[in-house]
Amino acid sequence: MTAMPAARPRPPAAGYWIGFTVVVVLLVIAPLVLPPFWQRFATEILVWGLLAMSSDILIGYTGMVSFGHSAFFGLGMYGAAAALLTAKPPSLGLALLYGLVAAGAAAVFVAYFATRLRDIYFAISTLVFSQIFYVIIFTWTEVTGGENGLTFGQPRLTIPGLWSDRFTPVTFHWFVLAVVVLSYLLVRRITQSPFGMVLQSIRENEPRTRAIGYHVERYKIVAVMLSGLFAGLSGVLYALQNKFAAPDFVFFVVSGEVVIFNVMGGMGTLVGPFAGAAFFLLLREGLSRFLTEYYLIPLGIIFIIMIIFLPQGLLGFLRRRLNT
Amino acid sequence: MDQIIIQTLHGLVNGMVLAMVASGLTLIFGIMDVVNFAHGDLLMLGAFVGASVLGVTGNYWLALLVAAVVIAVLGILLQVTTLRPLIGRDPLTTILATFGVSLVIQKYALWQWGPSVRRISEPVPGEFTLFHLQYPWYRVATAIMAGLIIGGLWLFLKYGKYGIWIRATTQDRVMAQAMGIPVPLVHTAVFAIGSAMAAASGVLFGPFAGVTQTMGFDFTLRAFIVVVVGGMGNLGGSILASIFVSLLEAYAAIVVSPAQAVIVSFVVLVLTMLFRPTGLFVPTPK
Repeated sequence: MTAMPAARPRPPAAGYWIGFTVVVVLLVIAPLVLPPFWQRFATEILVWGLLAMSSDILIGYTGMVSFGHSAFFGLGMYGAAAALLTAKPPSLGLALLYGLVAAGAAAVFVAYFATRLRDIYFAISTLVFSQIFYVIIFTWTEVTGGENGLTFGQPRLTIPGLWSDRFTPVTFHWFVLAVVVLSYLLVRRITQSPFGMVLQSIRENEPRTRAIGYHVERYKIVAVMLSGLFAGLSGVLYALQNKFAAPDFVFFVVSGEVVIFNVMGGMGTLVGPFAGAAFFLLLREGLSRFLTEYYLIPLGIIFIIMIIFLPQGLLGFLRRRLNT
Repeated sequence: MDQIIIQTLHGLVNGMVLAMVASGLTLIFGIMDVVNFAHGDLLMLGAFVGASVLGVTGNYWLALLVAAVVIAVLGILLQVTTLRPLIGRDPLTTILATFGVSLVIQKYALWQWGPSVRRISEPVPGEFTLFHLQYPWYRVATAIMAGLIIGGLWLFLKYGKYGIWIRATTQDRVMAQAMGIPVPLVHTAVFAIGSAMAAASGVLFGPFAGVTQTMGFDFTLRAFIVVVVGGMGNLGGSILASIFVSLLEAYAAIVVSPAQAVIVSFVVLVLTMLFRPTGLFVPTPK
């Protein structure tokens, strides 16, 4: 009898899964105990967090800062709007499908051009692409409703053959939570796959990755597309929650906020962007109570201070543990 | 035909103003690898300061000068507090930091001056007749002013003692330091010069369309575009690119609405980055 080969030593992951379960359970209970305002707030954090997480695939794992995520988010919204306005009766599945197709198509387009560029040039080109989409949506009034955007009704929550009911704030929160948790687990799996490892090696040393023989551009294109799809998904969720699509959400400000979420929460952790979104939205909520729209002045200053003194973000210290 | 002549003039004038914005941006990028996202907002703030000074004194040229000085001082403060700690980090962090600065400046302007459009009255009255078309003098004066300021910057960089310090630092930071050039001071000075130029172009642009607190982003984006099209860190290239892009946009505005004409410059940028990423107006790298 030969001895079993010794298992590769793995860092203990039990702590991670315990933490994961606790957080998910808390989020499941949240809408039952929170007052309506905070209920909605929690759902919104999840949606924005999903958008920020999609951007983390690029910022944190591939080392490309995208300043154009509003395009994917916005197209997800408009895709959902198209499905809900044209299909009778409005269907949740179609909204998701159209939103993902719209965001995916935009992502293919952006990925093809923008990934040929590096660093700041990538950032600027994604910004410019998102502005192209913004101008188109803003000026094409007949289709997109122009400045006013589109409003539509919420579809019913349908699981074919099992369930069909109107969304209540609580079930909607659970629906969003389910989508977000599944997306998170999927993206986590992707970042730990051989594909994800190549992305991380691009982040660490692009010329060397190329020298080893990986087709770097192809990996980058796929990364941007993946990121765009998840951003589109969050756009669909946001459209479903608010029952409208507006050009403001394609504007660059949203992209900027996404980057802020990432930096504040901690890049390259996937969970960090959620924490960043929560931190940002809570600060905004607290500050805008007595500063109204000027909340961005202290918030911007906090952001700058965090870049200088806390470049790893709030959850950066957990980075290693979160990626095991 | 008339429209083409008018749009050519518009394009040239706008191009000169844009060239001034872009030369500040490219100077800052060339010397410290800082992509200044707040550049357009410094312009906007300069325009507001100019408008306020103009309101009090009624002297346009004084307003131009005061705005440039005030924003230069602000630029020094910004560089020392925000950008200096980031030297040596990934250039991307400077985008993020200046993006934060841009948010703060924008909201500060909203708080200080409100959301309404401020007019800056025209410094030079009258119109002149070209063939049978009327064209206001102040636009021409603005273009000449911008040309003079850019020319002054170029002469300073070429022949001034401190200009030579700046160019030396651009070429090789470490060597410049070794030769006794106070590199951190040069960085701060360059940021101040760039900010002052942004502010001055804000005051120059003021009479065209008024001053609003949201105008900054538009300028930042355009300046980015021409700086990339002209070749990052290349002063002459970005000036040519400014005029080129502005002319194209002006001609496009004949066919489509001005809001859509912006797409033309986006397309120019994308094509440039795909086929000639070093910039349109630089010699082909060996």
